[in-house]
Amino acid sequence: MKDLNIQELERRFQEKIDNDIKIEPRDWMPEEYRQTLIRQISQHAHSEIVGMLPEGNWITRAPNLRRKAVLLAKVQDEAGHGLYLYSAVETLGADREQTIDDLHTGKAKYSSIFNYPTTSWADMGAIGWLVDGAAIMNQVPLCRCSYGPYARAMVRVCKEESFHQRQGFEIISLLAQGTPEQKEMAQDALNRFWWPALMMFGPNDAESPNTLQSMKWKIKRLTNDELRQQFVDVTVPQAHMIGLTIPDKDLKFNEETGHYDFGVIDWAEFWEVVKGNGPCNKERVDARRKAKEDGQWVRDAAMAYAEKRKIQKAS
Amino acid sequence: METKEALFEYVLRIGDDSLILGHRVSEWCGHGPILEEDIALTNIALDLIGQATNLLDYAGQLEGKGRDGDALAFLRYDREYKNLLLVEQTNGDFGKTILRQFLFDAYRTLLLTRLSKSTDEQLSAIAVKSLKETKYHLKHSSEWVIRLGDGTEDSHSRIQSSLDALWKYTDEIFFANEVDALLEKEGIIPSMEGIKNEWTFFVSDIFAEAGLVIPTNNWKQEGGRTGRHTEHLGYLLAELQYMQRAYPDMKW
Amino acid sequence: MSNKEWPLWEVFIRSKQGLNHKHVGSLRAADSKMAVENARDVYTRRSEGISIWVVESNNVFASDPSEADSLFEPADSKAYRHPLFYDVPDGISHM
Ligand SMILES: [Fe+2]
Ligand SMILES: [Fe+2]
Ligand SMILES: [Fe+2]
Repeated sequence: MKDLNIQELERRFQEKIDNDIKIEPRDWMPEEYRQTLIRQISQHAHSEIVGMLPEGNWITRAPNLRRKAVLLAKVQDEAGHGLYLYSAVETLGADREQTIDDLHTGKAKYSSIFNYPTTSWADMGAIGWLVDGAAIMNQVPLCRCSYGPYARAMVRVCKEESFHQRQGFEIISLLAQGTPEQKEMAQDALNRFWWPALMMFGPNDAESPNTLQSMKWKIKRLTNDELRQQFVDVTVPQAHMIGLTIPDKDLKFNEETGHYDFGVIDWAEFWEVVKGNGPCNKERVDARRKAKEDGQWVRDAAMAYAEKRKIQKAS
Repeated sequence: METKEALFEYVLRIGDDSLILGHRVSEWCGHGPILEEDIALTNIALDLIGQATNLLDYAGQLEGKGRDGDALAFLRYDREYKNLLLVEQTNGDFGKTILRQFLFDAYRTLLLTRLSKSTDEQLSAIAVKSLKETKYHLKHSSEWVIRLGDGTEDSHSRIQSSLDALWKYTDEIFFANEVDALLEKEGIIPSMEGIKNEWTFFVSDIFAEAGLVIPTNNWKQEGGRTGRHTEHLGYLLAELQYMQRAYPDMKW
Repeated sequence: MSNKEWPLWEVFIRSKQGLNHKHVGSLRAADSKMAVENARDVYTRRSEGISIWVVESNNVFASDPSEADSLFEPADSKAYRHPLFYDVPDGISHM
């Protein structure tokens, strides 16, 4: 049993995946599969955690008590999502704090959308509507991902996400139907977040060399361009309904394909932001690093206390 | 003074405590010492904002001038806020936040336990609901006070200095004036004397377990209950009220 | 600075009275008390539970998946452990 050669193990592994049998933590898996998952899930986890910051920015300035509570609960959920995902990463033998340190040193990436600033209250609407909307589109197929712990974490996450998008849409549609100042605020937020939201799905399929392998392993179920198109198709009518204009003069419904055609994404900007040159990259990572460093004495104290108690109990 | 007027003033005080402390704790969201604790702190902030909403809505009702919880939370001047000075103090490090929370939770648990039996039905209903949350906050904060006090040398000295800094705001917790006298007579609120004794016992116990020493300095600060605040409140209100002040009379 | 991380705990939640505790994920905590409280805040924010168990992850011992054949397949051939293996004559009830 134990001395199966690697080709045979790989064959059985792929057979399981082809038959939609989930891979569980202690099952044999190719090293590249493990590494790809560790990278993908921890990146996803970092995105949830860094994603707390742009919205966290408005918690103390929320315009009324209901909005304050909703925003707090929403940002808290993102912390939860990060935690579920780190929890999935740890089943692969990676260490959570190690992967977090990779984020802090700039080695690990996270979704580039969170490197854009939130400068008005309407951004809370735009983020919930567009960013969580795009995230849901990405995440729903991941509930069927081949790796059990990741798929289960995504099921939990997706259940919680649906309120995020709704609260965002509620905020922005209220503004879109509000006073001229509010309407302007809403349109401005859409203008700033539309293109970065489209970039959330990642480079075009032709520029995304790992997609093929990831699809074969079923840790990705739809391509970047497929997901992006889906997103445009559902979001454009929503914008029209609340009277906002999508900032894309090439946007047009294509009767033949039944999809919206849209303009060319500024990939130069995308890669610059990924590289660290976005408007808030430094602020975001610094804030996370500071939280960890400032918390060191707290974590040490709790550990020291727990150890003292253990010794006390034993004697 | 009429009972209703006194009750308005009283509910405003405890509502403002929740509002201002909830605001402070919410500042931690996204910056906690570890993810799990970030989530725990946000839960506490959410509970406090919820309590503030219930209490300030009720205060608005008692006032009868058409102001709701939001109007009271966002559109008063600093002198009209009646929260304790303790709760408006800045977060400082995690130890200071926890200690501030602990001093408050211990008082608030004792208060809500008694308010649950208030002759004022609505106040008693709010107290019953809030008490469940607050008991949990107290469990959380007192465990952390002990951990930090009896953790490392560093954590011990940090939380001891927070205790030294915050102790002067604890006397005000038991502030009482004619408002309290009137409401107490009608069985709407409990006597502060009983609460003070129990509070002192309770916190001394926890501090003893944590190895912390209560400062002997007896010169105390007060003023919050009558609207005289520390410098910190102004900045807090500038953020809290920003949207309502910059864009008056709009729906959000 | 000890730089020693908080241990990992596995979390089990009973979603309602009458059901088993079910594994929901893991988290970090310095001690068991904290682990239960963190589990409450992380995994029951939407009333998903009424009871929590936490077990330090390094106290969980698992079967080896590469031995799954010899551990679990032998049971497959013992259909006589299942009630449907047996014919019950028509007219017999309550069995
Ligand atoms: Fe999320
Ligand atoms: Fe997400
Ligand atoms: Fe979300």
